[in-house]
Amino acid sequence: MEMVNITIDTRKIQVPKNFTILEAAKFANIDIPTLCYLKDINEIGACRMCVVEIKGARSLQAACVYPVSEGLEIFTQSPAVREARKVTLELILSNHDKKCLTCVRSKNCELQSLAEELNIKDIRFEGETHKLPLDDFSPSIERDPNKCILCRRCVSMCKNVQTVSVIDTNERGFKTIVSSAFNKSLNEVPCTMCGQCINVCPVGALREKDDTDKVWDALANPDLHVVVQTAPAVRVALGEEFGMPIGSRVTSNMISALSRLGFDKVFDTDTAADLTIMEEGTEVINRIKNGGKLPVITSCSPGWIKFCEHYYPEFLDNLSSCKSPHEMFGAVLKSYYAEKEGIDPSKVYVVSIMPCTAKKFEAARPELAATGYPDVDAVLTTRELARMIKEAGIDFKNLPERQFDDPMGEASGAGVIFGATGGVMEAALRTVAEVLSGQSIENVEYEQVRGVEGIKEASIQVGDLTLKAAVAHGLGNARKLLDRIKAGEADYHFVEIMACPGGCVNGGGQPIQPSKVRSWTDLRTERAKAIYEEDRDLPIRKSHENPKVKALYEEYLGEPGGHKSHELLHTHYEKRENYPIK
Amino acid sequence: MSANNCCCCGGADPRDQKLQEIIKKYKDTRGALIPVLHEAQEVYGYLPIEVQKKISEELNVPLSEIYGVVTFYTQFSLNPKGKYKISVCMGTACYVKGSGQILDKFKEKLGLEVGECSEDGMFSLEACRCIGACGLAPVITINDDVYGRLVPDDVEGIIKKYKE
Repeated sequence: MEMVNITIDTRKIQVPKNFTILEAAKFANIDIPTLCYLKDINEIGACRMCVVEIKGARSLQAACVYPVSEGLEIFTQSPAVREARKVTLELILSNHDKKCLTCVRSKNCELQSLAEELNIKDIRFEGETHKLPLDDFSPSIERDPNKCILCRRCVSMCKNVQTVSVIDTNERGFKTIVSSAFNKSLNEVPCTMCGQCINVCPVGALREKDDTDKVWDALANPDLHVVVQTAPAVRVALGEEFGMPIGSRVTSNMISALSRLGFDKVFDTDTAADLTIMEEGTEVINRIKNGGKLPVITSCSPGWIKFCEHYYPEFLDNLSSCKSPHEMFGAVLKSYYAEKEGIDPSKVYVVSIMPCTAKKFEAARPELAATGYPDVDAVLTTRELARMIKEAGIDFKNLPERQFDDPMGEASGAGVIFGATGGVMEAALRTVAEVLSGQSIENVEYEQVRGVEGIKEASIQVGDLTLKAAVAHGLGNARKLLDRIKAGEADYHFVEIMACPGGCVNGGGQPIQPSKVRSWTDLRTERAKAIYEEDRDLPIRKSHENPKVKALYEEYLGEPGGHKSHELLHTHYEKRENYPIK
Repeated sequence: MSANNCCCCGGADPRDQKLQEIIKKYKDTRGALIPVLHEAQEVYGYLPIEVQKKISEELNVPLSEIYGVVTFYTQFSLNPKGKYKISVCMGTACYVKGSGQILDKFKEKLGLEVGECSEDGMFSLEACRCIGACGLAPVITINDDVYGRLVPDDVEGIIKKYKE
């Protein structure tokens, strides 16, 4: 790598030639404030918070987009720089809805942190302020334009990374607003509800629809038997909400906290992930053997499902008919479990703790009500759970050891790895390979499908079949992969797609890390590491060896893919029109 | 919306054919969005959702992006234009000479907000940027007619002229 010599604040350093000033400063441990910047996602120099003085340059320059060159002399803290940053920030603040006390992002707001870091004591400018309506019609995402600072991170995420493009910057000048076409609600546009926009928002302008009150009410209702299930990705991220390092495993603390919140039973969605593998694996095997529609595409990610319904309806028949794990679990809890425990299904209230905002939309799908009642009654994100734990005054870091409750509390490592990209594929391979080859397979770790590469491919020899598989994460990658399949450039037996980059560990409902952290630490990799550790520590690592799942089939469901399974565990999809005109 | 403002959603509107031709002409040209929008607006007089959606589908550009372009440039309109298009100049000279009051008077007399068109399709009202007739400030145009050195009391008479 070619290096150049530069001087930052009188320090002489050598950095790679392709660095920006911001990257060079980071390398030299010099902190330059940023606001709109998000590495690889939004590098547009729009907010002017990162301005620096450059010797010989006529005006201040944005460090996030200014490339270094030989002999460059940079001043990051000169009086002119400090004053420019302050004025810019005060102007942004002058038209920001400053209700910090009641803002969901208080203490985790990049604007608030900057105001503190830049020592803003007074906002010298008073002018017109926006008073625009809140968009709270979507079951998953709320948008508050009065808090928006027009950084465009959400636009870049939605348009460039996810290729969904339902929000953009509209109007001009003071009237500029980030919104959907014709100011439609997110509920009326082909939004996939993935929530990645929330994760990149520096302020509280984008947030999940808060359902904590609904769950508190259920917990307080003596007539209800309130059970909770937690997705695999929650346990490797929840700790971040309590100041723990990224990638901390907090499974036991999470279970204890849920129990203290008053849930009657704390179950593990991973058990249902094992169930999903039994059903989906059977589906894959049957379609391969009987000449069914290939590739089979996974259906666990509701953001991906909605994307497919809006943008790739020609692939709807490829989707596995399996409900996503938490929906399967809901259906099982309101049938098998309710019968077993002698509880009226109408009194079983199922709460899912998910790393996901699209699951809120999914839970409200009318077809997902196998027993006549919704399979899942409420979905909370990892963040909402953290808020409930804080509200209840639970000392999260100091809780007794606890395990998931029976009878649905045991899961295999295969169920755990569902939380990372490639995980559903790997879990399925662990089972499908054994079933198809009729042999027990020792090495269960399929490295080819792990990691953060956008599209991963693998050919796995299973008996006399070479199983061709592909994995895509992030909807932009999904689009690329589907276009290749459509054009006949690739063919597979089995494809895994997750809507969020990195899979559920980086889902739209996960703890939000500021740009300062996520620009330099790969959250996807760190959280996935914890997931794979969790898998390695479990005695059972194959879904079909999970005794709880075996018992469920023996006592209740019969066979995977059988009649009862279809009634409870499978679903269908519909083509959705984009921007319907009434 | 009056009958002559209906567009590509309902049946055989000859304008839809024209839109199709415009799109065809530019389909393989990079950066063709703005010329397509221009020509589409010439055909329909404005750019309603039906037209923008059609352009979005055919050019494979997200509707959100098209809407962003349409709302950025004042030249593009989301609302139909009247038979008589009233533009009140809000350039600096006209503004200091009281074009704000002239605009308010038009709003009051026509019952319209800026960007709107009257129900009968006769008048639409706009605030525009400097038209280069500062010597006549405050100035307005109605289609190709120019009226200068106005006071609010002139407004009623001007409207009356076009109603006859």
